[in-house]
Amino acid sequence: MMYEAPIREPLILGDKTNHEITEDICRPIEGKANKYWWWCFIAAVAALLWWVLCVAITVGEGIGMWGINNIVDWGWDITNFVWWVGIGHAGTLISAVLLLFRQKWRLSINRSAEAMTIFAVICAASFLLTHIGRPWLPYWLLPLPNQFGSLWVNFNSPLVWDTFAVSTYFSVSLVFWYTGLIPDFAVVRDRAKTKANKFWYGLLAFGWTGSSKNWQRFEEVSLVLAGMSTPLVLSVHTIVSMDFATSILPGWHTTIFPPYFVAGAIFSGFAMVQTLLIITRKVLSLENYITTLHIDMMNRIILVTGSIVGIAYITEFFIAWYSGVEYESYCFINRATGYYWWAYASMMTCNVISPQLFWVKSLRTNITFTFILSIVVNIGMWFERFVIIVSSLHRAYLPSEWGTYHPSWVEVGIFIGSLGLFFTCFLLFARFFPVIAMSELKTITKSSSTQAKRAALEHGHSHVDHH
Amino acid sequence: MSKYIFAVYNDEDVLMKNIKPLRSSGVRIKEVYSPFPVHGMDHLVGHKRTRISICAFIYGIIGCSLALIMTNYMMITDWPMDIGGKPNFAFYKNLPAFVPVIFESTIFCAAHGMVITFYLRSKTLPGVTAFVPDTRMTDDRFVMQVECNDDSKRAELTALLIKHGAEEVKDYGK
Repeated sequence: MMYEAPIREPLILGDKTNHEITEDICRPIEGKANKYWWWCFIAAVAALLWWVLCVAITVGEGIGMWGINNIVDWGWDITNFVWWVGIGHAGTLISAVLLLFRQKWRLSINRSAEAMTIFAVICAASFLLTHIGRPWLPYWLLPLPNQFGSLWVNFNSPLVWDTFAVSTYFSVSLVFWYTGLIPDFAVVRDRAKTKANKFWYGLLAFGWTGSSKNWQRFEEVSLVLAGMSTPLVLSVHTIVSMDFATSILPGWHTTIFPPYFVAGAIFSGFAMVQTLLIITRKVLSLENYITTLHIDMMNRIILVTGSIVGIAYITEFFIAWYSGVEYESYCFINRATGYYWWAYASMMTCNVISPQLFWVKSLRTNITFTFILSIVVNIGMWFERFVIIVSSLHRAYLPSEWGTYHPSWVEVGIFIGSLGLFFTCFLLFARFFPVIAMSELKTITKSSSTQAKRAALEHGHSHVDHH
Repeated sequence: MSKYIFAVYNDEDVLMKNIKPLRSSGVRIKEVYSPFPVHGMDHLVGHKRTRISICAFIYGIIGCSLALIMTNYMMITDWPMDIGGKPNFAFYKNLPAFVPVIFESTIFCAAHGMVITFYLRSKTLPGVTAFVPDTRMTDDRFVMQVECNDDSKRAELTALLIKHGAEEVKDYGK
């Protein structure tokens, strides 16, 4: 079914057999954690505790503990929410869109990218819950009669669309991820030596056997889920962008927002995947599976989406002038030269200029450079949301709506703490869950491993499946 | 109840190549267990195409209908709101604003319904004891489940399986 040219670079290096793949990927789960893991884990948990403290202060004392005011009433909270949701998008893109396009290089990275999605959406949801001020009443967002009386939620409001979009996205991503994990939990179960591992992985594996009937259903389910997740992931950031675009505020009231937000989400998400995987492959010694080729491929997507984002910024600016609407023009000139010019400058440098360096192949395949640039992109994408939210709000139509905004330490603390929450989850995942989808990766040992490529070159033909 | 023996293969291509010859010599193959999805195996073992995507479609229609009923009841029938001079008095006029919720509900029901059906039909649920004839079958071995009701023919059958590429032939879990 799949023919792969022998000269194309292999996706699995080091002459790995199926058994060696199992060994390599189960080793981090079965062995003891090394000292790097413990250092990272302690730092992440410390940040997580800080998050607990700052959230407790917010819930106990109220939103007044933040720097937001009557004029700038969305600040770091919504900036962080959009940033985290955006990061999540890369995981779904890798597992769903690349599956539909039959891109085999996704196989080494889809598991950890999907895990990243789940944890990023959890972080995003934490900002939604804290910013509503009374987080013990989150069910007000659901279509229940208010106070169980007679009012309903307003289905014309993009904030209600957001509730539906984010909760659907989170729950569907979770089952997609877990369904993929089941065969791999079965691998760990069947080779478990300790009683505890046998029990826990047996429980997690849901009694998976790998019969041909189950695999047939499994593949169909994966394909249909991918087909549904693709429009879903596009809809989520479209709807997030409508939180802004359906308002009348200059700087928000922009029809370009949906595609621009989706491209930005994929852009920042891939940057976060790079940050995570470059560390993971090193710490867990997975260099044979997450190769320079994988990093190169992801950098190409960063380049494409970064360019789309750049075009969107320029288009927005052009239209602000071309529309002839003075409020719109003022908003954009004020963004670039006003009180928050430095945020705008950081956004332009990090998101528009820096990814263009990836046109150079030697930079695209340089791991240290990629790592640094992935962090630069993440910073840039955070500033993008900050610019959109704060710079538009701080100069609205009336001079009485003019003001400034500075975050309080509680807001900053929740953001730093959310990184702690994210990395705690990710480190636990890397410790206890198979970080590479080995059951899926084994499907390409006969077509895209170093030994298969060598054999194909020697015999003058490549391995072709029988149908 | 039928009794089974298990032929262990170390290469999926060898196993697939031998299914037909084994069948024609009268061997009854019940199922094949593999560590990863092997394309075409389901067909060779004799499974019909799964209908799970049809289920997903039906669940999607249910989700879509529920969302249509919900938005219409809540915003048009039960409590129409007049927002910015744009009242909610006719469903067809308000429908564009309801599309996001209807879309998300469709996906929600289709995805979860399909996955739950998959788990129930495949008996993959928490607490289920797995059927594991050989623990290497999730690692790098391919296990063929063969019917063997007559113990006297067992030796003959084993020899036939070995001749057709099996690495070993064994009882469950041994």
